[in-house]
Amino acid sequence: MTATARDTVLRRVRDALTLSDGPEVTVPRAYRTGRTLPDEERLALFVDRLVDYRAQVRTCTAGTTAAVLAEVLRAHGARRTGVPPGLDPAWLAGYDGETVTDSADVPAPRLDALDGVVTASAVSCAETGTIFLDGAAADQGRRALTLVPDLHVCVVDLSSVRTGVPEAVAQLTPEHPITLISGPSATSDIELERVEGVHGPRTLVVVIRTDA
Amino acid sequence: MSSPTGPAANGTFLGMPAVPPRSPYGTGHLRGERTFPRAAHDELDNEQLRRNLGKATHSIRAKRLAVTGELPDWEQLRDAGSAIKTDTMNRLPELLEQLERKVTERGGTVHWARDGVEANEIVTRLVRDTGSDEILKVKSMATQEIGLNEHLESQGIAALETDLAELIVQLADDRPSHILVPAIHRNRDEIREIFLRHIPGVDPALDADPARLAAAARTFLREKFMTTKVAVSGANFGIAETGTLAVVESEGNGRMCLTLPQTLITVMGIEKVLPRFEDLEVFLQLLPRSSTGERMNPYTSLWTGVTPGDGPQEFHLVLLDNGRTAALADRIGRAALNCIRCSACLNVCPVYERTGGHAYGSTYPGPIGAVLTPQLAGMHGAKDDPNSSLPYASSLCGACFDACPVKIDIPSLLVELRHQHTEQSGTTAEKLAMKAAATVMKRPGLFTTAQKAAGLGRVLAGRDGTLSRLPPPLNGWSDSRDTPAPPRQSFRSWFASAEGAAAMRAAAAEGARNTDDAPQEDS
Ligand code: SF4
Repeated sequence: MTATARDTVLRRVRDALTLSDGPEVTVPRAYRTGRTLPDEERLALFVDRLVDYRAQVRTCTAGTTAAVLAEVLRAHGARRTGVPPGLDPAWLAGYDGETVTDSADVPAPRLDALDGVVTASAVSCAETGTIFLDGAAADQGRRALTLVPDLHVCVVDLSSVRTGVPEAVAQLTPEHPITLISGPSATSDIELERVEGVHGPRTLVVVIRTDA
Repeated sequence: MSSPTGPAANGTFLGMPAVPPRSPYGTGHLRGERTFPRAAHDELDNEQLRRNLGKATHSIRAKRLAVTGELPDWEQLRDAGSAIKTDTMNRLPELLEQLERKVTERGGTVHWARDGVEANEIVTRLVRDTGSDEILKVKSMATQEIGLNEHLESQGIAALETDLAELIVQLADDRPSHILVPAIHRNRDEIREIFLRHIPGVDPALDADPARLAAAARTFLREKFMTTKVAVSGANFGIAETGTLAVVESEGNGRMCLTLPQTLITVMGIEKVLPRFEDLEVFLQLLPRSSTGERMNPYTSLWTGVTPGDGPQEFHLVLLDNGRTAALADRIGRAALNCIRCSACLNVCPVYERTGGHAYGSTYPGPIGAVLTPQLAGMHGAKDDPNSSLPYASSLCGACFDACPVKIDIPSLLVELRHQHTEQSGTTAEKLAMKAAATVMKRPGLFTTAQKAAGLGRVLAGRDGTLSRLPPPLNGWSDSRDTPAPPRQSFRSWFASAEGAAAMRAAAAEGARNTDDAPQEDS
């Protein structure tokens, strides 16, 4: 009788465990979870960490979102800006460049022709300066959209910023494609000298809405 | 392949447990051509390597200490990480089956590979099925271990590494020297030369500024990302509960490969499975801080099977054994499987710092390589198997244990491997140990007194705090002499006593005499 590789590997694993059973363990989860911080402290921590990773940070309110986004895009010379299909159109009401709505059938090379992209975000972690994008959310879009263009402007509602990693991870829907972003793409491969923007966006601008 | 223990396929008769096989001899990259002392001796002559490595390890080390010190619950995270991995190994069969089920439910296909040869064949077949003859690679130790690129090349399939350092290494037809910064043995001028020679259409005016070198790689690879239909990656974690896979990276080449091609093939060692999605909350804190010394690496991608309209529409997961079950069958050695490949142990190792990664002859260098490589591939594949010298490539100073985010007691594993080696081969362990140590440290006298005396205590004391027998290199000395052998008492109290101190001094002097034939250039 012929055993498949699957049978063989699983049998080996069982044999190994019969030959040497490891110590029974219960996982001690004494590390910090469920932390909260007042808005102001969370904001300060998040901004500090973002800046440390060389992201550019702007704060605004729900009412000034459109004005600040228009200003950011203008400052970076973005004439053609991609948006995911579900982005609130009011956000780009003050933008005078061309807005290109993304869809699954747009080939990746076309994304390369965009000057930048504006998206929302799912959740963030203040302590590490990390933004989590949920690829299944209509205002964040498929993964290629935030990867190919050279400028990513990401809107973060302060209410979605969690204190630490466990608190942020708990907000995720595991089956969705999720991208964690902490600052712009970077490498230290050449003599340990940090270089920004190897393959992902060279510029990350985080627009934090403090009352949203 | 026929099953030696009966018709296991139907699950009714499993027979006696058989010791699982190591990675087949002569395949992949789990064995060097020379023993560690010989290889190390040559590497020691490489001044540039030593300077670059010294700079790299010290700077990453400082960053790691700063960001781990920032977390008041770092030790609790280590405890959790260690326990999660131990629990994972205990439950590996059910977790692997669960992972397989979840990935399949979400539109992926799972393949199993008994060894590297089989994994290479599976990947080759999957690539052929797409009609493509080129693939993109995300830096992955598992595929390096099995020699996937070389195999694909022999089958007419071109594999292009997309991580900047891996690209440099590949273009130069070189080998990585560090897990994290594989091209650390190259300086910017060399990299410029390599790019000028090997990147088609590169600007001949390219200078050696790292930003411009990185930009040249960006331009070269961007076109490939847009046009190549198949990518092959490894995985940092595979979540059994949800079927989610994770790749942790910095440059964005991983995101490109995981997102743009039509077909994604992920090769993952079976030990990389994690039980719960929630476990990511631990490892997403442990890994980046231990690895690059960052609070978080720039990019982490999580994907589950296939998502219509987003990313690869065909996904294959290849689960690789290649000696992992052999390691699992070793009650002590199995702890090496808990490794999350952060490279913190390399950066704190005084031996690694002097020799670099090439001397270990394996995909896995440094302290963890010295235990993982013999566990996966064995130490007795041939007479004078180079892997049998790896357990001696350490001063047992214990720095690796302290640095390890999942608390792998590497010094104890090394001592255990030395036992296994001497028992099976009858070699005089103290000679090997002292030779390795002397070659590396160049100052055997100082080494034997300072390093040994400082570091051995923790290793010798054993789990019950008592010492029954001295490990190599000291066992030869204590077995063959009419000396007060250390009694069964707390090692620490024996060590602290005048008798213990005298015995250690004598052992050290003996060790130094044994290394007379080792190269020395003491200052
Ligand atoms: S053994 Fe520990 S410190 Fe070394 S690479 Fe593995 S996880 Fe990191």
